[in-house]
Amino acid sequence: MKSRHKKLALIGGALAVIGIIAALVLNALNSNIALYISPTDVAAGKAPQGKVFRIGGMVKEGSLQRQADGVTLAFVVTDTEKDITVNYKGILPDLFKEGKGVVAQGRMSDAGTFTANEVLAKHDENYMPPEAAKAVDDAQSRAAGKHVSPSSVSQPKTGY
Amino acid sequence: MIPELGHFALILAALVALLLGTLPLLGAHRNRLAWVAVARPAASALALLVTFSFACLTQAFVANDFSVVYVAQHSNSLLPIQYRVAGVWGGHEGSLLLWMLMLTWWAFAVALLSRQLPEVMVARVLGTLGLVAFGFLLFILMTSSPFERLLPGAAEGRDLNPLLQDPGLVIHPPLLYMGYVGFSVAFAFAIAALLSGQLDAAWARWSRPWTMAAWCFLTLGIAMGSWWAYYELGWGGWWFWDPVENASFMPWLAGTALIHSLAVTEKRGSFKNWTVLLAISAFSLSLLGTFLVRSGVLTSVHAFATDPRRGVFILIFLVAVIGSSLALFAWRAPKVGLGGRFALVSRESLLLTNNVLLVVACATVLLGTLYPLLIDALGAGKISVGPPYFNAVFVPLMTPILFLMGVAPFARWKEASVPEIARAVRWALLPAVVVAIALPLIYGAWSALTALGLLLAAWIVATALLNFAERVRHTRAGRSFLAAALSQPRHFFGMHLAHIGIAVFVVGVTMVSSFQEEKDVKMAPGESVDVAGYHFTFKGVRAVDGPNYAAARGEFDLAVDGRFVRTMHPEKRNYHSSAMPMTEAAIDAGVLRDVYVSLGEPIDRARPEGEWAVRVYYKPFVDWIWGGCVLMALGGLVAMLDRRYRIRSRAAATVATPAGSQQA
Repeated sequence: MKSRHKKLALIGGALAVIGIIAALVLNALNSNIALYISPTDVAAGKAPQGKVFRIGGMVKEGSLQRQADGVTLAFVVTDTEKDITVNYKGILPDLFKEGKGVVAQGRMSDAGTFTANEVLAKHDENYMPPEAAKAVDDAQSRAAGKHVSPSSVSQPKTGY
Repeated sequence: MIPELGHFALILAALVALLLGTLPLLGAHRNRLAWVAVARPAASALALLVTFSFACLTQAFVANDFSVVYVAQHSNSLLPIQYRVAGVWGGHEGSLLLWMLMLTWWAFAVALLSRQLPEVMVARVLGTLGLVAFGFLLFILMTSSPFERLLPGAAEGRDLNPLLQDPGLVIHPPLLYMGYVGFSVAFAFAIAALLSGQLDAAWARWSRPWTMAAWCFLTLGIAMGSWWAYYELGWGGWWFWDPVENASFMPWLAGTALIHSLAVTEKRGSFKNWTVLLAISAFSLSLLGTFLVRSGVLTSVHAFATDPRRGVFILIFLVAVIGSSLALFAWRAPKVGLGGRFALVSRESLLLTNNVLLVVACATVLLGTLYPLLIDALGAGKISVGPPYFNAVFVPLMTPILFLMGVAPFARWKEASVPEIARAVRWALLPAVVVAIALPLIYGAWSALTALGLLLAAWIVATALLNFAERVRHTRAGRSFLAAALSQPRHFFGMHLAHIGIAVFVVGVTMVSSFQEEKDVKMAPGESVDVAGYHFTFKGVRAVDGPNYAAARGEFDLAVDGRFVRTMHPEKRNYHSSAMPMTEAAIDAGVLRDVYVSLGEPIDRARPEGEWAVRVYYKPFVDWIWGGCVLMALGGLVAMLDRRYRIRSRAAATVATPAGSQQA
């Protein structure tokens, strides 16, 4: 092969490889991102059907329930406006607590509840996952808009 | 008083760093030898001042001086002494000071160990490090001083995050930072070479051992972090594709590419521009990692208290470093020759492929890490990119790298022949295929992905042994095989050791992801559960007191085939000062498997002596993951100690022997 042909082959090969890789990466990215959706949006039917997504909010006080096997759980996530029931099987993270922020990843079940395969609570007692904080803040600012009394709702700690 | 001294030393250090970053560089430019001679003493003074400052902060921690804000926030009088010392880097300010300490030590090491280098080169390298140090010192002094006072002082400290109260904290950050910061030396060598216009084989030779050292530290640091997460976080995972893990993994990928590219630059004089660009990238990615972690744009295990000024400062610093070095590159690089030519199939082209794949892998990690930030910044909603993305991308990218890793050592420089290589490696295919078919069947389930991982791992080991044997045969010259084997150069040993480390790592990853078993169950005292043939009997939970926590300690009897193996004690701790619960898993580690028990929560919170939710794991070959990393670092260490890096090599500035396939 002449050196020019060699160069062309090299460049052509490299472009093909990069093209394949780019397609692969974008495909992987596209099918593996999880959107954050607030309980209000879920209630409004904006949750993707059959696709994995994340919900964020606060665990409603007194809502945690255990089945007889001890590791099948249900709890309610709320953004103070709307609630959604989350089903989960497994061990909860150390910082999972009623009244605290939580993020859960999973998908909608046919019964209209959320089936989580992963529950995340963050590592600091005062820490609220930003997605959970946003869901609650948005719901509260909507509520504040309606009632014109922002002080009536106690602000959750959103500090880090 | 002592914290003020530390603060003052830091201010002095900033002045010295400014001096180091200007005078020697100007002196090198204008040929003023007196200015050039400032570099070494200034670097030593800088190291001394920062070390003193660091010692002052350590003293404040050890003496429980809660009138220092940083100490009050990250320590407590009940905290055991080793965590009080390690607590120095348990928060943002102190970890930056540790970063700084490492940087000045690296600069000091360069000043000390560079007697064989031309003075002007040393001046440029140390000058560049001085500028980097100046930037970071300004950052610490302006936004993150660890010496701020709290008046009146607090009576008691807030305590160190319980997650950090572990031997891992003592080791992981220093190792990781040594690696991160170590790439600043490779960066400084690249900048010095660009400034002088002397981008030759000698530059690559000088730069190689430093790059290798940084890479070894980074490898160990990442492995240590992974192991820590595995036993401390209680989820049994060893890698989560957490943004901060990615932040340390990206410089590793770029650094690995850099090591291989430096080999080509040294041996053949090719890839010079590319090598310089990689050196700049590796350090820039270290800085980017620092920015991502410290600015609080990421939410992660590692995110400390945030302050927007810090993010802005690091961003400006990042832009200044990357911008100026790329501008310098654009200005200088065309003057740099292209080096030796090579054929389509040659050692060079194979190493180029390795580089391209590693860089692409690095780019995909970068994309996955920054994509959620980008989408959020565009206001298009909040998303998360999870492990499935990274796994989907990494398997196809790593497969060719691992395959070529077995082939490349057989390829000749300049021009290699495919049939010749095929002949040399064909016998490696046999053991590889046997392992890939047999091992999954022994473990019960054959799947294509498992077989692929094991095939590649066995392939790497077999080809490494073949390559070693072949080289020994060729250099034997009448000696016994053993004598010839032992007289091989260290870089050759090192290369194969590191590659075998990769193979060991791959075995670990493949086996644990294919055959691990996990059970989450409710257990009452006296009940038992079986996982993969291991029989766990729960004996109950009792309360125990630690130095600064109260714990519920579980007792489990582990048995195999009816034989008692040992008692395991997982704990659920509650730290007094922070009221944070913490899970301490109990692990029975072994060469071929770990078994792992951790306590979830009591089923009825009012009755902790009753039933508990319990998680048990069986993890085959999981320790091979970290063992492989240790082998890699060991290989790097051995290669770094190769004799030729210690010989006075100013004369050997020209391209070294192009003959044969001896060296990598």
